[in-house]
Amino acid sequence: MPVWEVFRRERPGQPFEHAGSFPAPDATFAEVYARDLYARRNESQALWIVPRDAVVEIEDFPEETDRSYRRVDGYSLKVRLREARERAGSLPG
Amino acid sequence: MENPRTEQEFLEHVQAGGVVEADDWMPDEYRSRLVKFVEMHANSELMGVLPERDWILRAPTLQRKLALTAKIQDEAGHAQLLYRIVEDLGKPREQSLADLISGRAKFHNVFHYPTVSWGDVGVIAWLVDAAAIISQKALLKTSYAPYARIMKKICWEESFHILHGRDVVLALVTGTAEQREMVQEALTRWWPPLMQFHGTRIPVEEDPTYLWRIKSQANEDARQQFLDGYVPQIWELGLELPDPKLRRRDDGVWEYSEPDWEELRRVVTGHGPATDERIAFRKLNLEETEWVRRVVLAEAA
Amino acid sequence: MSEQARSRADLLLPIADDELIVGWRNSEWTGIAPFLEEDVAFSSIAQNEIGHARVLYELVAEELGTDPDALAFDRAPAESRCAPLVQLQLVPDWGRTIARHYLYETADAVRLEALKASGDAAVAGLAAKIDREEGYHRMHAEMWVDRLAESDEGRERLEAAVDELWPYAVAMLEPELRPALAERIGRDLPSDKLLRVLERGVALPELEELYDEMTMVRRLAPAGRW
Repeated sequence: MPVWEVFRRERPGQPFEHAGSFPAPDATFAEVYARDLYARRNESQALWIVPRDAVVEIEDFPEETDRSYRRVDGYSLKVRLREARERAGSLPG
Repeated sequence: MENPRTEQEFLEHVQAGGVVEADDWMPDEYRSRLVKFVEMHANSELMGVLPERDWILRAPTLQRKLALTAKIQDEAGHAQLLYRIVEDLGKPREQSLADLISGRAKFHNVFHYPTVSWGDVGVIAWLVDAAAIISQKALLKTSYAPYARIMKKICWEESFHILHGRDVVLALVTGTAEQREMVQEALTRWWPPLMQFHGTRIPVEEDPTYLWRIKSQANEDARQQFLDGYVPQIWELGLELPDPKLRRRDDGVWEYSEPDWEELRRVVTGHGPATDERIAFRKLNLEETEWVRRVVLAEAA
Repeated sequence: MSEQARSRADLLLPIADDELIVGWRNSEWTGIAPFLEEDVAFSSIAQNEIGHARVLYELVAEELGTDPDALAFDRAPAESRCAPLVQLQLVPDWGRTIARHYLYETADAVRLEALKASGDAAVAGLAAKIDREEGYHRMHAEMWVDRLAESDEGRERLEAAVDELWPYAVAMLEPELRPALAERIGRDLPSDKLLRVLERGVALPELEELYDEMTMVRRLAPAGRW
């Protein structure tokens, strides 16, 4: 039996989060079951259900060369800032 | 540590608080212990339905009927979540169910005992679920991440069970003399299995499920938490517990009479008072509904 | 008792009693349905039905000066207004269970339609609320009927069960509503002779047994709170 993945949104404005999975013969059964498994206490504002096969998983992100220029940790301003302040005479003391 | 690839690395990873996902590499021993542990949990939820479902018909008010049905529904739902985890670890649900009815797989001691009165309904929903929720809260920190995630849902749903159970007990202790006697008798009968519920005082260093951080709490810690939380609540209702040695020391540790570990071992290996009857019921039920699964699966294939 | 109160009890007690007993019959599958996902779904349907019984009893209880639990449990089996269709114990037969589920939900839809047009505003309002929740039940019943009908084995079992339960379902409704049901299901109405023995007021042996067990705890402390 195909397995269905469930994503739920708890409150308006929130992102959908993965909540679990269950087997069901087809989309109608899947809709019925998702309602009871994940929203019978009105704990979800909305649900998405997706056949597991439709989910594309990506986990491999090779970073072999330096890409820190794209990130905050690629910028250390400390040294140049100190030099600039000294020049401008704004360093205390 | 990222991506442990040897048993030693893996052990260090989980012991340092690292998590494991379904498609991560894991040592065979971790996988097999995990399957056994989660499967026992799933089996317990499934078998836990049986002692209670007779009382849906007999519930004395509409509200109690609804609450009890909803509680049992939750248990079926929890079994569903847990068997899913086992399935994603490589063991199909049909195999788990076959092992359950053949006696190859286990379920918790408390579900091997008969229920006798409406008093049992209150005591089970309040105290058995309380004992279970203590273990379940500790499992929020299990090394296996999919298990930890469903534990959140399970704990959230179980919290209403305890309130319902306590409400039932409260109604009985404030009722007629017969009602008070009913709940006291049930409590007296259920206390020994409750004391055995969290297992022996095995030190964590000798507990393999703890070494792999599948379990993250020592059995005795769980039992102490249970006693500390619930004995005062039981006593304040004027109910008695059948253990003259039960008391809280000045250092906060609870003392109690040694539980019958031999009884626990016998029960959990399939020799409880209601074990055979319940397994037979499950077996029959599976046989009678086999055609439905066959018909539905055939078209879904 | 006012005229309106008497007719509310007459109008609504049969439906409340039906919902209570069919809700119980459906909840007999809790924990033992063909698979776990279905277990959870079907239990919600059972709970909805008992919940509907409860709101219907509340409306009648208000008028009669009693309470819903007393109406549900303290009347003798002979006073129950439920139809024989819901009295049948069908566990462990999923085929017959689905057949009854499908027939009951369709018949219930027909009578709720009529109630929604009631001149009594409280009754019409409640019928509309109940009907909105029951939409999900009908979807579930139809889903199963379609699924079972896709295989030879499923279809055979289902047809045999619907054949068996059809007269019961027709007998559940007032005569003026029966043609509407026949049209929705696509079957001919059975003979009056057959229907007469299946009408409301007939208590099958299952009902007496059921009431006995259903009230065994409550009878221990009749004046007590539970």
